[in-house]
Amino acid sequence: MIVAVTASSSFLSCSPLLLPCQGPNRRLQWRRNDKRRLATKVAVSGVITAGFELKPPPYPLDALEPHMSRETLDYHWGKHHRTYVENLNKQIVGTDLDTLSLEEVVLLSYNRGNMLPAFNNAAQAWNHEFFWESIQPGGGGKPTGDLLRLIERDFGSFEEFLERFKSAAASNFGSGWTWLAYKANRLEVANAVNPLPTEEDKKLVIVKTPNAVNPLVWDYSPLLTIDTWEHAYYLDFENRRPEYINTFMEKLVSWETVSTRLEAARVRATQREQEGTDTEDEENPDDEEPEVYLDSDIDVSEVD
Amino acid sequence: MYCKKIMIVQMIRRTATCTATCTATCTTQLNYQKSKAIKTHNTQIPLACALLTCPLKLELQSRSMAASTAVTANYVLKPPPYALDALEPHMSKQTLEFHWGKHHRAYVENLKKQVLETELEGKPLDHIIHKTYNNGDLLPAFNNAAQAWNHEFFWESMKPGGGGKPSGELLALLERDFTSYEKFYEEFNAAAATQFGAGWAWLAYANDKLKVVKTPNAVNPLVLGSFPLLTIDVWEHAYYLDFQNRRPDYIKTFMNNLVSWEAVSARLEAAKAASSSSA
Repeated sequence: MIVAVTASSSFLSCSPLLLPCQGPNRRLQWRRNDKRRLATKVAVSGVITAGFELKPPPYPLDALEPHMSRETLDYHWGKHHRTYVENLNKQIVGTDLDTLSLEEVVLLSYNRGNMLPAFNNAAQAWNHEFFWESIQPGGGGKPTGDLLRLIERDFGSFEEFLERFKSAAASNFGSGWTWLAYKANRLEVANAVNPLPTEEDKKLVIVKTPNAVNPLVWDYSPLLTIDTWEHAYYLDFENRRPEYINTFMEKLVSWETVSTRLEAARVRATQREQEGTDTEDEENPDDEEPEVYLDSDIDVSEVD
Repeated sequence: MYCKKIMIVQMIRRTATCTATCTATCTTQLNYQKSKAIKTHNTQIPLACALLTCPLKLELQSRSMAASTAVTANYVLKPPPYALDALEPHMSKQTLEFHWGKHHRAYVENLKKQVLETELEGKPLDHIIHKTYNNGDLLPAFNNAAQAWNHEFFWESMKPGGGGKPSGELLALLERDFTSYEKFYEEFNAAAATQFGAGWAWLAYANDKLKVVKTPNAVNPLVLGSFPLLTIDVWEHAYYLDFQNRRPDYIKTFMNNLVSWEAVSARLEAAKAASSSSA
């Protein structure tokens, strides 16, 4: 008598970060994945909630004046961001995506670049929440501590980093985002081809992305972002994007948040190294290989 | 002959005064160009002919009649064929001042700098566009060149008191290829509304068929092998000051109050002429 050990969301194939694998050791995988998934949520997306609400920015809408006007926040957060969240909820209600965290929806719907319908809304919802938390009243200045050390290690100097970041943001044609990210220790990821394979692992990188794409899809850890869709700066700067970028870096960016995210990213990277988790390991966990079929009166709690 | 025919069609639409003046000028030029045109049969309207001055900017119309050349090789920032406040209240003067006066101007200026002292310098704009499109692997000058072209085409796609329904052959073809004008309207609307991020929606003509296409960023149907007939700019800068994030309202306003069906019809004629003469 075969007892199928079930886990939810079993329609999806095995992917290291996300969901339970198919197969007889499904339950074990579920637990391992579950733990890591929660850890991931806390470590990386500790600032992003699952469940699709429109979170307000962590400051009043006029708190960023005069660098980013209240009117901009009213529209950008109150209309654009809100619309992405509402449309996403409409799109996924009653589907399998409905039970997942926002980050999971983003990763799944990216679908190796062949985006499913929910991607644009999901990614934009994620990106905007991340963006509001990347800035603060009285922001700007220079980073400190480990973050500064890594910036100097990977870009030569803070000024050099600034140049490159600003230049990337200014030259991102059309709609998109520019990111500072901590590159994970993977060459290929389940869902996408690494855009910077020549860069070493565990290093800070600058990436620019079009439209709604974000570095989560390459398994990078985003640390900072600037929205360069025109709606982000049009009311305050019209077409003067470079001026917007300068203001963003000099007066708005929240280096504390970036530092916190960096710590979390490094913890995550170390944890994964220690767990020895890799795609191969996932599918063949070492000594916990249970029987192919479970007898109905076996105590499945053994499997723990 | 191709060039002459188009120019005359345009002249008829002008007032008596202008027609007289312009005809004289244009004809003279045309004759001058004629011998050239016979040699270079099937090419666009010769450059000199296109640069004629006319009180009502006739040369603008005639130039845009050429199937694929809407702009001179001089990369000039042409003003729209109406005053900057003439599209109020549907498109504000402020929008025109920014959209034309800053965005469009910047594309033209940056293009000039980019092609300076390169092999592209002095080449017609559509030549640059084709070359730098490079089968999708865009070369640096593409974005500025295509955006310069697209915007000029966009201003000429609208007029004060525009909108309404097309007529004549254009309407017949729309009804043939979309089953009804309403169906076309819906499809064009949907394309413009669903072009995620920055881009354009187009009515285009190819292989004797009309179709709606949407393109991202600076891409336009020229590089896809079709004749553009109509476009709407759906980059946010096109509608943000007047409509903020309400793109569907902008699209409706464009269709109901701004589209210049005459321009579209004239372009269709030119496209058909160009297709058949090169067939």
